[in-house]
Amino acid sequence: MSRYLYYPGCSMDGSGRAYGESLTGVCEQLGLVLAEIEDWNCCGATEYVGVSLSPAYALIARNLAIASKAKQDGEPLVAACSACYLNLAKADSYMKERPQLGERVNVALNAGGLHYDPGSVEIRHLLEVIMNDVGLDQVRANVVKPLAGLRVAPYLGCMLPRPDPDHRWKNHERPDDLDRLLEALGADVVDFPLKTECCGGHMTQIAPKVGLELIKRLVDEAEHHKADLMVTVCPMCQINIDAYQGEMNAEFHTKHKMPIVFFTQLMGLAFGLDPKKMGIGRELTDARPALKKIGKGPQAIAAEAGPAHRQRPDKRALPMPRMADEAPAGEVRP
Amino acid sequence: MVVAQVSPPVTTNSSVRFLEEVSAKTAGVSRLEMCIQCGTCGGSCPSADDMDHTPRMLFAMIRAGMKDEALRSNTPWMCVSCYHCVVRCPQGVHIADVMYTLKGMAEHTKSYRDKIPPHFAGVFVGQVETFGRSWELGLTARHYLRHFILRLPRMAPMAIGLFLRGRIGILPHRIRQREQLQAILSRAEELERVS
Repeated sequence: MSRYLYYPGCSMDGSGRAYGESLTGVCEQLGLVLAEIEDWNCCGATEYVGVSLSPAYALIARNLAIASKAKQDGEPLVAACSACYLNLAKADSYMKERPQLGERVNVALNAGGLHYDPGSVEIRHLLEVIMNDVGLDQVRANVVKPLAGLRVAPYLGCMLPRPDPDHRWKNHERPDDLDRLLEALGADVVDFPLKTECCGGHMTQIAPKVGLELIKRLVDEAEHHKADLMVTVCPMCQINIDAYQGEMNAEFHTKHKMPIVFFTQLMGLAFGLDPKKMGIGRELTDARPALKKIGKGPQAIAAEAGPAHRQRPDKRALPMPRMADEAPAGEVRP
Repeated sequence: MVVAQVSPPVTTNSSVRFLEEVSAKTAGVSRLEMCIQCGTCGGSCPSADDMDHTPRMLFAMIRAGMKDEALRSNTPWMCVSCYHCVVRCPQGVHIADVMYTLKGMAEHTKSYRDKIPPHFAGVFVGQVETFGRSWELGLTARHYLRHFILRLPRMAPMAIGLFLRGRIGILPHRIRQREQLQAILSRAEELERVS
């Protein structure tokens, strides 16, 4: 049993409810105790920092101060939302880097009877905790229903691997952690080239054309790689690709139906947990047809898809070498 | 890309002052003065096409003291905070944080040309100050009614779908110690204004 402090973030019981539900079940299964910190507040997302610096950092630091009080034995503070994770990690790191900011934040916190010493709480993301503290062997040991037959595109988005203030990631643009985790669950993992490209974040709200274009790039690419679904670690990425896919289709006259689920949902399914309790069915772009492929061999999937079309040879192409008893194209056998 | 008309650079103390002002208002050490104008940032940017100026151009303008032009540029508002430029910048400039600073300054002086992004940020921040949490339904409803009324027909199925799947909270969550939070935030705002 390892204990962690837990910062859920606002979307966990709203738009990202499936994430909250599935990570609770999965952590229980893996023996991770998540102790939610008391009366936490919003991290400010990407909005508050663009309005006023000191209040934005004081807002984040209130959570850090609460976490540092709740700490019993040096437990790290875990967040599962990428934006929450980054905000917490950035506040901690910038309060160290710019003592002037740290001082100002603490003067403000003092107005509420709080204090935070930068560096006193270790801030981590759930994916990284599962990869490094739990480990893939332990994950594999819990798999009872491997995801064989399911082709998944791992999609990390931006804010987890970048800018990485605590230097936890070896690769900021093409990390393979989520790939390895999904492989351990038995899934067929696509080498997804856009795995850390942007989903547009709040652009769907303030400049829809820009946001929808970024969503389109991701969905197009996942489709191109014949993924059955995309897998994410971030509630913002999930809602953009899941819920705005309809508007994106209308905008670009496309008919994409690319489901996107949280990595914890797939972990739960592989661990044999109840799909409903894992929040399956909460997505707008239904993932259930894709999830039906689990457990079916590639032949069964191919048979369902119907006979493969044989490619006709191009008439302008150079002749291909052929067996001696084969008649050359266009000639009639005597 | 639309390149906005810019006035000729002025090389007086005011240019140094603006660079310093931006740096001072940025979280962490901005390293803005280290920029070597290589353009890696713009080349890495997924929304550069929609920007008035690439980040490189914007940083050159900041150095030249072109405060009004820099604060009127839509570039910071088009930044999606993907941090591609930040990890690629050979000089380690905190580009995304500088963009946040410029947004804040443009908001303070009301220099922005498109009011939709600052309005969205304003409503979000207002909710966080009132409730201590963000409230997705209140935020989007208010924002769409104000700015995107024509998008509503397209959005309706999505809103209904999210509601039926239990992904929209009708009422905002409120934290218990709202007064404490508000005291912290208003003290922080006072400190921000004197600096």
